[in-house]
Amino acid sequence: MFDSYTKNTLRYYEDRCINCKRCSQVCPHSVFAEGPEKAELVNPAACMECGACALNCPVQAIEVRSGVGCAWAMINAALRGKDLDSGECSCGGDEVSCCGVQEEKSTCSEGK
Amino acid sequence: MDTHTTAAPPCCTSPPGRALPSCSCGTDNPVPPEIRTTGSQITFANRLDHCLARWGINRSGHRVDPGLYRLGSPTPESPVFASANYTLSFDALRSALAGRDAYILVLDTKGINVWCAAGKGTFGTGELVRRIEVTGLAGIVNTRTIIVPQLGAPGISALEVRRRSGFRVEYGPVRARDLPEYLMTGKATPEMRRVWFPVQDRIVLVPVEMVHVALPAIIIAAALWFIAGPVAALAAVSAVVAGTVLFPILLPYIPTRDFSTKGLFLGAVVAIPFAIAFASDPAQPGWARLIAAITMLLIMPAVTAYLALNFTGSTTFTSRTGVKKEIFRYIPVMVCMAVSGIILAIVLGVNRLLGVI
Repeated sequence: MFDSYTKNTLRYYEDRCINCKRCSQVCPHSVFAEGPEKAELVNPAACMECGACALNCPVQAIEVRSGVGCAWAMINAALRGKDLDSGECSCGGDEVSCCGVQEEKSTCSEGK
Repeated sequence: MDTHTTAAPPCCTSPPGRALPSCSCGTDNPVPPEIRTTGSQITFANRLDHCLARWGINRSGHRVDPGLYRLGSPTPESPVFASANYTLSFDALRSALAGRDAYILVLDTKGINVWCAAGKGTFGTGELVRRIEVTGLAGIVNTRTIIVPQLGAPGISALEVRRRSGFRVEYGPVRARDLPEYLMTGKATPEMRRVWFPVQDRIVLVPVEMVHVALPAIIIAAALWFIAGPVAALAAVSAVVAGTVLFPILLPYIPTRDFSTKGLFLGAVVAIPFAIAFASDPAQPGWARLIAAITMLLIMPAVTAYLALNFTGSTTFTSRTGVKKEIFRYIPVMVCMAVSGIILAIVLGVNRLLGVI
């Protein structure tokens, strides 16, 4: 009830894991932990879909639709008649974002 | 910025045989890669710059020049750290490395911090590889390891960087201040790898949250002052302050998990005194008092909840899937509340104009 954050797009295929430990190194929310033989998915609900684990997994054992959880960016995309996932721009995490800075628009749409 | 460019091209000081093919020493090639020099000291000018950044003033202008920097007196064996060309990121790194000799490779992230830039891909594999190449890093250092902040990982594929540049990416701790311990032990503890969102990190976001909505809030409050009086203007300001100041500070303590429901709750708490004030106005007939009180309880929580939902992007933990779900769940609720509140307010206004109340 009143928790929209229980499900996400993170998928872990444990059988592919080669135990390189990269995922547990890059995850900022301890979603993955080092296991004796394979990485362990210990806290999937804490995943914020940043995509660091999947990008750094050498054997594609992790899949996630990465993106930034920013309502401001999504609502603005929707108001401009675009898809919520168009990701034209995203708001800053703990610091400054490029949202609303005209000259930065082109660079903001690069990448994700 | 207390940085300056050194005159000697780095390749000329590198050991024989290590100079880059593009090195201009003794050749006609006119483009020597330059190495800037920096220190660990944070000056008053730096602090002023950080303060302005926190207030969202000249928001894309808090930059350092991308490229390679010398910190202290690094040798070819010194460690190399990657950073963003955002002053807060760069300054956090160089001040954490006080008393050490190192190279800092500043990527061009368009003045955006490491984590956000990584999310956009500007702090990314392509830019890192390109920056390694244009600075001629391989000819300057013997080490083939580059320490990248952990929060750069959403943009960097360590495997791809290795393949394209020969440099091994080592993910350092989340916070630059943990670097001394990390360098000593060679390992980041699970605690160093975790991102939190403590009260001090939430408070520093308040100014920029306020600045975002200040202009429309002031205009609406001023208009309400003339149309409906000072209490209504104060209600507008209170709803906005609740959403931009109280909400970030109180975030973990407000009931429920969703930002929208947290915002509705906080907005309702702030609206109650205003509802009581309007409900107990002896100058108005009973039905008008009731409508005024309900109007407060409809509009104020909707405004606070909307601002609260917009805070998701500033936090360190919301997923896109979750935020999207929140938008579809609660935006219709907020719109219904705001629209019905505005209709009630118009009913009251019309009756006042007609002299009924």
